[in-house]
Amino acid sequence: MADQAKFADLAMEHMSSLYSGALRMTRNPADAEDLVQETYLKAYRGFGGFEEGTNLKAWLYRILTNTYINSYRAKQRRPDETDLDDVEDLYLYRRLGGLEAARAGRSAEDELMDLFTEAEVKDAVEELPENFRMAVLLADVEGFSYKEIAEIMDIPIGTVMSRLHRGRKQLEKLLYDFAVSHRLAEPVPDPAT
Amino acid sequence: MATDPSPLKPQCEDALHEIYHLLSGEIDDAKREKISEHLDECAPCAEPYDFYAELRRCVQQRCRDQAPPELLARIESALNHEPHA
Repeated sequence: MADQAKFADLAMEHMSSLYSGALRMTRNPADAEDLVQETYLKAYRGFGGFEEGTNLKAWLYRILTNTYINSYRAKQRRPDETDLDDVEDLYLYRRLGGLEAARAGRSAEDELMDLFTEAEVKDAVEELPENFRMAVLLADVEGFSYKEIAEIMDIPIGTVMSRLHRGRKQLEKLLYDFAVSHRLAEPVPDPAT
Repeated sequence: MATDPSPLKPQCEDALHEIYHLLSGEIDDAKREKISEHLDECAPCAEPYDFYAELRRCVQQRCRDQAPPELLARIESALNHEPHA
């Protein structure tokens, strides 16, 4: 059993991570701040139930996710999951992977960082349907394991994997649309047709 | 269906299929070793791996926000008003 007096010492270092996640989910700084505050209050009250030695950040994210679902989700209507296009494997690579060759001396990382501004990456992530968005954030931004994500989102690991699969592909598509709109990439005919 | 100019070898297909899982550290040791060996000798597979590793870093870096200092103050004040258990 964890001691509440220790709570602030241990939990506060995760605030910016939680705030970033809250901002991607609510897409609104005021709501994100409220969501993070509510998460910390609930976590503080429930800290006695936190098992010491387990992942505190995952535990905080679980509270944040539940709070978001219960209090914030109803405010926003997002396109249904079935609206997602099917996107083939290596979608973005097949369209942008050749860029480095065209500009000698640049690393792939520089290319991608040049290609997508902070606002664009955030917009693309925030465009994802929320179940997929949460899974992608937890896996690819926060680096949680699939098992931890299953616990945070309270879904089976198979569901985590299918949400990640579709969410990651959809993110590739959204990022590609930004690249095309910047004329940084030529629209490529769909290789699958 | 896609018709690639050069049909992929089965070990290429295996490797490419696992890119995201490998980058997420979700591949068991034996399989990871097999894929790493393949990537060392197969440039057409190594290239998309590097690309998706960079994409992951790009998304990670771009999605970091700093919590406003007022928020920390707000939360600390709210916690101070909580009865101590």
